[in-house]
Amino acid sequence: MAVLSTGQRLKSGVCTTEIMVITAPQEDLDLTCGGAPMTANGDDSNPGLNPEFADGTTIGKRYVNADGKLEILCVKPGDGSLAIGGDKLKLKDSKKLPKTD
Amino acid sequence: MNIMMLLEMAASAFPARKAFYDPTVDQDISYEELLREARTKSQVLRESGTNRCVLLDTTNLGIPIALFSSAWAGIPYVPINYRLTLDEIDALLERVQPAFLITDSDREPRYQGRKALRVVSRDEFREATPINSNDDFHWSMEPDEVAVLLFTSGTTGIPKAAVMRQRHLCSYILGSVEFMSASEDEATLVSVPPYHIAGIGAILSSVYSGRRVVQMSQFDAEEWLQLAKDHNVTTAFVVPTMLARIVKALEGETTAGLPNLQSIAYGGGKMPRSVVERALQLFPDTEFTNAYGLTETSSTITVLGPEEHRQALSSNDIDVRRRLASVGTPLPGIELDIRDSDGNSLSDGSHGEVYVRGDQVSGEYEGRGSTLDTDGWFCTRDAGYIKGGYLFLEGRSDDVIVRGGENLSPGEIEDVLLDHACVEDAAVVGIPSNEWGESVAAVVCLDGVVSVSDLQDWVRNRMRSSRVPEVIEFWEDLPYNETGKLLRRVIRERLSD
Repeated sequence: MAVLSTGQRLKSGVCTTEIMVITAPQEDLDLTCGGAPMTANGDDSNPGLNPEFADGTTIGKRYVNADGKLEILCVKPGDGSLAIGGDKLKLKDSKKLPKTD
Repeated sequence: MNIMMLLEMAASAFPARKAFYDPTVDQDISYEELLREARTKSQVLRESGTNRCVLLDTTNLGIPIALFSSAWAGIPYVPINYRLTLDEIDALLERVQPAFLITDSDREPRYQGRKALRVVSRDEFREATPINSNDDFHWSMEPDEVAVLLFTSGTTGIPKAAVMRQRHLCSYILGSVEFMSASEDEATLVSVPPYHIAGIGAILSSVYSGRRVVQMSQFDAEEWLQLAKDHNVTTAFVVPTMLARIVKALEGETTAGLPNLQSIAYGGGKMPRSVVERALQLFPDTEFTNAYGLTETSSTITVLGPEEHRQALSSNDIDVRRRLASVGTPLPGIELDIRDSDGNSLSDGSHGEVYVRGDQVSGEYEGRGSTLDTDGWFCTRDAGYIKGGYLFLEGRSDDVIVRGGENLSPGEIEDVLLDHACVEDAAVVGIPSNEWGESVAAVVCLDGVVSVSDLQDWVRNRMRSSRVPEVIEFWEDLPYNETGKLLRRVIRERLSD
């Protein structure tokens, strides 16, 4: 459990996933990937990828929690699924915008 | 957050793709090479012991390297307008040294030997390597680190150094560009100079979307058309003067003959409607987007998209047609408000000053701190109104003419003048008047024959009599700066002579 902050980078302990926090609420959150906690160094003292959380992450996609207060960006893809307190994060819908510059 | 992370993502997802191409030397650089160069040069910058990376040069392959290596080294990147006079450049350098200065080989000797500068030529920068390489050094993810210092164009006074922190630039890109949304055969033609916010935006959005940049160091309409043809250009951004020159270069043609050019975005100043309409005919396969933004807002904040352009042209509804004169609706994550001179919010359709709020909005100047109010709103100093969600601009609020206590918008009067078939370009300014405080003067460029009194009648039949210009002069050209900003100060000075 930790309070996440904007710009923070975290690694999965059980797959190659890496994320950056875009926005986060001011509260303790239990962010996991592949069923194991995400940490600054990708601590791998874990039993391995939990098959319940193995949908994979996609580089460049943004993920949000149910109330939309947490938003994170996948900066390296991997096999695990991102979750908060056991609830999987969802892909954020992006509106297609015209290119401006 | 750090813009380096955007490049790292690109280099891991599509390493071998061509990132930037400089046709003047026929050289390109891939995302992988750009990442490697950014690492090497960040160490060179750190070893130099300076705390700014200043770029005084035209566009070339070294420019994206300078931007990203500065972010990696954790020092601000400061591109300076090379068109300024030598004295003006010296005054800006004074404000940013001690600095690492990258410049062209012609200029280099002038700056060599100055105590507070470590000077390298463009070629020396490309070849530079650190004395002790340290590959363990990573960039900071601190969101408040300063990424770019950009001097505003200073059309109204001494240039201000706008401060763009990592979080402003990253928020702009993450909020407006989809990662890897471009295919490998797409290319964008970038002709805005490196010291313009659209030049910075173009580098970052192209890298994040994976779109190859074809660099153009000196804009020329004929050459622009040739480059677009030769390099299979699919998108481009132009300021109004550039599009006007492109349209002029195609005089007598029915189309531009660029079927691969999918989109043109324009912004950076007021676009005459006649130019847009002519461009829409010349580029029948091209989608047009109007973008409005400021240096202080990390580029674009509102967009009038291709679909809205089409609707505006084909609709019978006057309000829908008028949208072509708007700058569109805000990007996701951007809020707009129109306020009166006391700072009170105004209702839909009321004229006032444009305020903006969002994560990409910096509103900060060096030496002056943040100009955002306590709720995070930035006053753009642009006059305008919002109607049905669309933002209409009416020029800088400092340019509003106060005639006998009545506020008159120059833009409104200019639009009416431009509707006259013989008027090619028009500018309206306030001139001192003993009777009214200020009175309305117009400077008009003609394409045809019309008298002063005819034009005054034209305005009188369409607007309240207070808006009719008391003085109208016919000029050959209007004064614009090189990025398309109308220089009203120069017009006022010439009129008073």
